[in-house]
Amino acid sequence: MRKLVFLARLAAAAAVASALALAPGASADELRIAVAADVTSIDPHFYNLFPNNNIAEHIFDKLVQMDPDSHMIPGLATSWKTIDDKTWEFKLRKGVKFTDGGELTADDVVFSINRVPTVPNSPGLFTPYTKAIQKIDVVDPYTLRIHYAVPYPLAPNDLSTIYIVSKKVATGATTEDFNSGKAAIGSGRYKLVRYVNGDRIELVRNDNYWGDKPPYEKVTFKIIKNEAARMAALLSGDVDAIEQPPTADLARLKSDPKFTLTSKISHRVIYFNFDYLERSSPFITAKDGKPLDKNPLLDLRVRRAISKAINRPAIAERVMEGQAIPSGQLVSDKLFGFNPALKPEVYDPEGAKKLLAEAGYPNGFNLTIHGPAGRYVNDEKIVQAVAQMLSRVGITSKVETAPMGPYSARASKQEFSFDMVGWGASTGEASSPLRSLIATYNRDTGMGAVNWGRYSNPKVDYLIQQAIQQVDDENRLIMLQRATEFAMADLAIMPIHFQFTMWATKKGVQYTPRTDEYTLAFQFRPVKGNPG
Amino acid sequence: MLVYIIRRSTQSVVVLFVMSLLVFVGVYAIGNPIDLLINPQADQIEREHAIAALGLDKPLWEQYFVFLRGALTGDFGKSFVHATSALGLILERMPATLELAIAAMLIAVVLGIPLGLWAGLKPKGVAGRTIMAGSILGFSLPTFWVGLMLIMVFSVMLGWLPSNGRGPTTLLLGLIPVSFLTWEGLSHLIMPATNLALFNIALLIRLTRSGAHEALMQDYVKFARAKGLSNRRVIGVHVLRNILIPIVTVVGLQFGALIGFAIVTESVFAWPGMGKLLIDSINLLDRPVIVAYLLVIVTLVILINLAVDVLYSALDPRVRLSEAKG
Repeated sequence: MRKLVFLARLAAAAAVASALALAPGASADELRIAVAADVTSIDPHFYNLFPNNNIAEHIFDKLVQMDPDSHMIPGLATSWKTIDDKTWEFKLRKGVKFTDGGELTADDVVFSINRVPTVPNSPGLFTPYTKAIQKIDVVDPYTLRIHYAVPYPLAPNDLSTIYIVSKKVATGATTEDFNSGKAAIGSGRYKLVRYVNGDRIELVRNDNYWGDKPPYEKVTFKIIKNEAARMAALLSGDVDAIEQPPTADLARLKSDPKFTLTSKISHRVIYFNFDYLERSSPFITAKDGKPLDKNPLLDLRVRRAISKAINRPAIAERVMEGQAIPSGQLVSDKLFGFNPALKPEVYDPEGAKKLLAEAGYPNGFNLTIHGPAGRYVNDEKIVQAVAQMLSRVGITSKVETAPMGPYSARASKQEFSFDMVGWGASTGEASSPLRSLIATYNRDTGMGAVNWGRYSNPKVDYLIQQAIQQVDDENRLIMLQRATEFAMADLAIMPIHFQFTMWATKKGVQYTPRTDEYTLAFQFRPVKGNPG
Repeated sequence: MLVYIIRRSTQSVVVLFVMSLLVFVGVYAIGNPIDLLINPQADQIEREHAIAALGLDKPLWEQYFVFLRGALTGDFGKSFVHATSALGLILERMPATLELAIAAMLIAVVLGIPLGLWAGLKPKGVAGRTIMAGSILGFSLPTFWVGLMLIMVFSVMLGWLPSNGRGPTTLLLGLIPVSFLTWEGLSHLIMPATNLALFNIALLIRLTRSGAHEALMQDYVKFARAKGLSNRRVIGVHVLRNILIPIVTVVGLQFGALIGFAIVTESVFAWPGMGKLLIDSINLLDRPVIVAYLLVIVTLVILINLAVDVLYSALDPRVRLSEAKG
């Protein structure tokens, strides 16, 4: 009995201690966010990498910003227009100050754009967004004219990725100078306080920001890659919000009144590539294990059969726990170029078998499906589900997955027959997947850079080429929709779904979710009601 | 002694050289980091630019010689993803891992040896049996699971300890950032260190127990008792000193392993150490960091082993270092 009393006291003491332990840090002016991936640098031009850009969004500003639905809105530029098909004019906002007090003018913009290709030792520059620029004229300190060699409709989209640094501070600055904070001077909503490599990034609000001031004064991004540890940090109150909560904990997050789960359809489509090479495809054999003398995937009926055999709603509901919507095209409905006429393929296993029989494979064939492991939400499980569904219509399927590094190295060399990958249309337009995934591979023009299956259709190429040089928005929309329609009729690639991006916050904190998957501190805000 | 140390150093250099070659070729064989690193929007020409910027367009042997030439002057190249020196990156993270490993080893020694001694002296008692049963748990439970359970209990349910990270650090001797000097830092350290120590506590318990068990049956212990020495002196001096040699060996070996195994604990507790850096670098095929990390670890292990050997001769005068082969 005595022991019981003691235990009860201990528990009471523990409860008090826990209440005390949770009290500090929960101040209303501070926000602590756990993010899932490492930030490798603060230099906004060093490496075009999602987590780096996510931090740069806070410290630096851009000419054009993206709203949560990936629509362009004025940033440092108050307006932009075409002078002719090859020339764009941007009007800059007046009176914008860098956090060191200097004024931001057209010279800083020119300097930033020119700095992009010069950053050394980079594994991936921002040059895809600047290399089409032929020359930049500074008309006056608040007006820029950008000249392109060809008709170029995507100038504002491109410039929505380029962060503007201070010419005065960043001249001669190295990437290390940005990391140490010395050169990390921007005009964004936050200022860098400290960057601890692999651990955390501390920011403080820039009270001189030209736009709406963000609600939280101090922000700490903690890097917690392990999803269970990230979840634990939220549960224990060590952080106020996390990105990418583990799928296994979604049910708990939805039911627990202490937390809020927010999700939004992402700009990322998950899809499969078909092998389009005229060869005996490396991972397809006849039912008896002998190689086939021709590649069955070249037959549209076989591709159609595969697409019909896949139960997309089941994948979205079961595998993804409802955090995806089936897709029949390249971009989701909020993005420019979405074609409302294209619906996801209807699940029809009988129709699939019939098509296979018509194509000369009444008993199907053997197939090994390849996919990445740990790159996209539930990627391995999706591949396994697809393999089971294909096996049911006679295409006996095995699964092989590998981490993205070795996987993409092999996939990009056409070593697979049927493989899964994802694509985020980061410019907010269907032109991005069309030119990279669908257009014929061409080393010199840069078209079809990620066309792993080597699909090639001159008609689609022509439409894409027309679309990306069409400056008139209305016409371009129609062209992008037409190009997508042709590509999908051919099953150039086979879309599965658009995944959702998820955030979990504690009660009292609300996030406005984004299609571009960014976790931006200034889109969190405190909500009244019953906090904690 | 001096000859011995010189011979050991020469061997170490050969080991380091062979290992750098193996890792270099191994990472090269996995694939081209650019496929992984570059933004997918980039086209083929930009891809080639990036490959050239990182020096990956040269043949493998040439890349290796560039690396060797730099390594001889202490320059292990720049990280592909961080644009900073690979060695600098590792040294920046090293204090965190060393602090964690030293704390874990201290916990293991402070708990493991006395508990093992107790179990060895009173093998039939309830306490002795409980200790032994507990040590089986320490051996068999996987580190990451125990780590998550610790977080669940002490951070989520009780709210006593922070669930992740290293907390604020202060400079020790004005040089090395450590967290154990402040209460807040210490509270961040307790759980990961305990988690990492668990296996070694169990190991030391078992080792000490069997050593003590054996020593107690030796004639010199009986003789010491017959002389009428106090129990404390018999155990503290005669038993403990004699069983210390295998324990020192294991502590030395395990300390090297702790630095390596810290990877799991570091991921679970988001501890910003070297192990986490290695995992991230492997995932990104960041070869300079991988090679530099392994070279640093091998050097550390070699140094620890050397220290263990020197310690031997201090503990057991019969061991002469100059006679040791290898």
